[in-house]
Amino acid sequence: MTTETDATDTQETPDKTPDPAGSPRRRAVNDGGRPPLHLTRGRMVGAAAGIAGIVLLILLPLLNLSLPGVLPGPTYTPGSLQLLAMCMLMAAAALTYHLLLGVAGLLSFGHALYFGAGVYGLGIILQNLDIPLLPAMGLTLLVVIVLAHVVGSISLRVSGIPFAMVTLAFAQAGSVVVGRNPEGATGGDEGLTLRTDNLPDFLVGVVNTRNLYWLALAVLVAVFIIVTWVQSSRAGHVAAAVRENELRVRVLGLQPYLVKLLIFVVSAVLVSIIGMVFLLLQSGAVPRAVSADLTITLLVMVVLGGVGSRWGAVIGGVFYTILDQRLTALANSDAIDALPDVLRVPLSEPLFILGTLFILVVLFLPGGLTGTAQRLAQRRSRRGADRVQKSREILEEAA
Amino acid sequence: MSTVVLLLFTGLGLGALYFLVAAGLSLIYGLMGVLNFAHGAFLTLGAFTGWEIARRTGADSWWTFLLSLLVGAVAGAVFAAFTEFVLIRRLYRRHIEQVLITVGLSLAAVALFDGIWGTDAVFIQGPAWFKETTEILGARIPNDRFICIIAAVLVLLALVFFLKNTRYGMIIRAGVENRSMVTALGIDVRKAFTLVFTIGGAAAGLGGVLASHYFGYVSPLLGGSLLIFAFIVTVIGGLGSLTGAAIAAVAVAVLQQFANFYLGGTGDFVVVLALALVLLFRPSGLLGRTS
Amino acid sequence: MTATAQAGPILRIEGLNAHIAGQQVVEDVSFTVPATGITALLGRNGVGKTSTIKAIIGLIDRSGLVELDGVRVEKEPTYKIIRSGVGYVPEDREVFSKLTVAENLRLAERDAAPRRQLVEELFPDLLARSGQMAGTLSGGQQQMVSLARALLNTNKILLVDEPTKGLAPKIVAEVAETLAEAAKTVPILLVEQNLQVVRQLAAGAVVLSGGKVVHTGNALEFLDDDGLTQRLLGVSTEAVSHEASPHAEARHAAASQEKGAAL
Ligand SMILES: Nc1ncnc2c1ncn2[C@@H]1O[C@H](COP(=O)(O)OP(=O)(O)O)[C@@H](O)[C@H]1O
Ligand SMILES: [Mg+2]
Repeated sequence: MTTETDATDTQETPDKTPDPAGSPRRRAVNDGGRPPLHLTRGRMVGAAAGIAGIVLLILLPLLNLSLPGVLPGPTYTPGSLQLLAMCMLMAAAALTYHLLLGVAGLLSFGHALYFGAGVYGLGIILQNLDIPLLPAMGLTLLVVIVLAHVVGSISLRVSGIPFAMVTLAFAQAGSVVVGRNPEGATGGDEGLTLRTDNLPDFLVGVVNTRNLYWLALAVLVAVFIIVTWVQSSRAGHVAAAVRENELRVRVLGLQPYLVKLLIFVVSAVLVSIIGMVFLLLQSGAVPRAVSADLTITLLVMVVLGGVGSRWGAVIGGVFYTILDQRLTALANSDAIDALPDVLRVPLSEPLFILGTLFILVVLFLPGGLTGTAQRLAQRRSRRGADRVQKSREILEEAA
Repeated sequence: MSTVVLLLFTGLGLGALYFLVAAGLSLIYGLMGVLNFAHGAFLTLGAFTGWEIARRTGADSWWTFLLSLLVGAVAGAVFAAFTEFVLIRRLYRRHIEQVLITVGLSLAAVALFDGIWGTDAVFIQGPAWFKETTEILGARIPNDRFICIIAAVLVLLALVFFLKNTRYGMIIRAGVENRSMVTALGIDVRKAFTLVFTIGGAAAGLGGVLASHYFGYVSPLLGGSLLIFAFIVTVIGGLGSLTGAAIAAVAVAVLQQFANFYLGGTGDFVVVLALALVLLFRPSGLLGRTS
Repeated sequence: MTATAQAGPILRIEGLNAHIAGQQVVEDVSFTVPATGITALLGRNGVGKTSTIKAIIGLIDRSGLVELDGVRVEKEPTYKIIRSGVGYVPEDREVFSKLTVAENLRLAERDAAPRRQLVEELFPDLLARSGQMAGTLSGGQQQMVSLARALLNTNKILLVDEPTKGLAPKIVAEVAETLAEAAKTVPILLVEQNLQVVRQLAAGAVVLSGGKVVHTGNALEFLDDDGLTQRLLGVSTEAVSHEASPHAEARHAAASQEKGAAL
């Protein structure tokens, strides 16, 4: 896939003094200073590849392709479409997390609160009010917007690690509500089954999985475009500048707090919409949708893919979802069952493998999959190394 | 009246557990800037090893109980020391990556506990005295509460003594205030890092054994659920402050118990609300550094 | 004790670069500090003096060559560089405010036989306040603690960052005297805004601007060149050079006699 749409493009800082002997760090900061011609051509190639990819994805439910080991069946079967749709929703959710961490440098441990608010909010509204889907979604959005403003404005009073802890605490409160099952609204541990009375027919039932697949694809594309747009907007630039040097931005008379709040709210709103589609796809809500585990999953996806890169978030989301699904299948397989305990126990726990993989990536592959791929593919140029450096800087700045 | 006393002691017992987790978290964060998500796993490991000891050596003897406390603390300490020495140390000064490592470790460890001990809670037995009650001001207080409280107080006193009266204690206090100046005096502060992890892991492991008696069971999720409240406690108490953690642990737990009883099970919300209020009016926590 | 007799420089910096928050704050800085006397590191606010000092001892990430007494140390962690014989007196003192004065000093002791007696003689005030929290001391007293921490050990060089910042004139003079005394046995790299103090103490000068070295040479010659100081430091030194200096030097001489026995 193309790499020209990376976060690095929007983060160049003006450089007055040419510095032939400059350190790698300096170069990394000035990554955007490539010749504009190359950049434009790269962008065009990237856009063309992107459009070709999207067309292929649109056609997928009509094709009979098999990817043994990755998909459970040919691409037109509901099982495969369901998994692919899940991959795309998770990729989209990871993109909204990228907006927080990669763009604004906010390490949130409470992102699941908004995803869960979308899932449960829409579920509860459909359950209890006799209104059609779109107004119900609008109502849910309203709730999420208010919620995100309240939580965001309080949490953003602290930054770095305390911010992580505080967002976690708020999300935990949400998780507790869902678990408590107030007035039977959330279904407690059992979760909530989607009431389909007021849904349009084309979104209901296994036969219509491909419609949900297309919906998920549309969501992913839309989220990608919105995230790109936010990142290249004025707010995105200020957020990136804040991340790098909050003091300097303050001195310039800008309001880091408001910009961060804006990004926080946008990211929350987007992920809640993804949550709503998730509800439709899964035909129900489960407590995991609002758990800290989900936030951590998103974080893992972003880091696996490569912090600071939009494509990294997408790839991380897809990769994680498929790996998780495959590992679960593996855990229940006979081959694993026959192993001695020392091997069987760890290998039959997908999260053990994913957690270990994650640790290894953080330790040995800074820049994640995309950073590493770039480094391997482009040994001659410095872009891969720059990607890695950029990821590290973003993480440093989030502290 | 007797209800109030009962709630108070139950709250103090829970506060003792919160403190045992928060003490290590707060010291680790204060000194190293690392938010340790694996701390819950230290606790869970302590709880399970303590349970294994109790199961194998006759659950209802006092000696077994004391041995399980010791083994639980050692298990937590060893796990924590390993974490710092093998994983965290490689990422010196990269705080967020260090946090990510602890997140991954916590995922992997909990999954491994799942695999070894199963996902279901296992019920636990201690000396018969634990299940009896003691009457104070008309309230019948379950005895295991007292054990938690006494253990936490002893840990607090030991930590205070260590911090005040030993060279490493002094290095840790200085490091919490200004880590880079400690290294600029020629001190290898990384030794202190391993030490706070080990101490924090021991306290968490001990807390795990006690928590299993307090709640009556062990499960792979035990640590995770206590960890979140311990996070809240450390933020409210002020990151890096041991005294702050002790005060906040008690305040949070007692508040939680009272709200659960008098405000219809809203304890968890009241705690998050308290957190929000503290952040609004005192972002650095009750006894935190103002920076 | 120190390398006074040695001919080469005690500290050699070459091509030093350092970054803070993605911004280059030290740029290709090269200079040497001779094995005796005080060398001043000068420049306007924010030109990177503090960053240079911190980069030397590895408190901020840097690249380039740092040679201490002929040994390259730029790959070493901070605590090892310090242990190889560097006394660091940071800007803004950085005493541990929640530790007592005695604890602050004990923490700084590296040598097998730290020079407690010397410190007690230089700063009798601190002895009297040894049980007090360092955070409750006055600025001048805190500076004494900070200096004492460095003087407790035998060092090859002292790195002293704006020791007179924010202090009353009387305390400034005391600090200057202490430095003059210390300089008899150990070379000092001194960052100082008070040009009167520089004139009184420094032999050599290194001037920074925008993270780069823009001038090196004799300190007095630099300060006497009014146009140059005006351009590089943005201040005129006329008043200092013609009025205060002789006075300061007289006091310096007197102080040396008085405290000479102590060192
Ligand atoms: N913690 C920091 N964060 C961001 N920028 C910093 C920080 N510390 C110093 N700087 C910047 O580095 C430059 C050099 O600072 P410094 O070395 O303190 O200068 P000096 O000591 O000469 O006054 C300044 O432009 C300052 O703004
Ligand atoms: Mg300075």
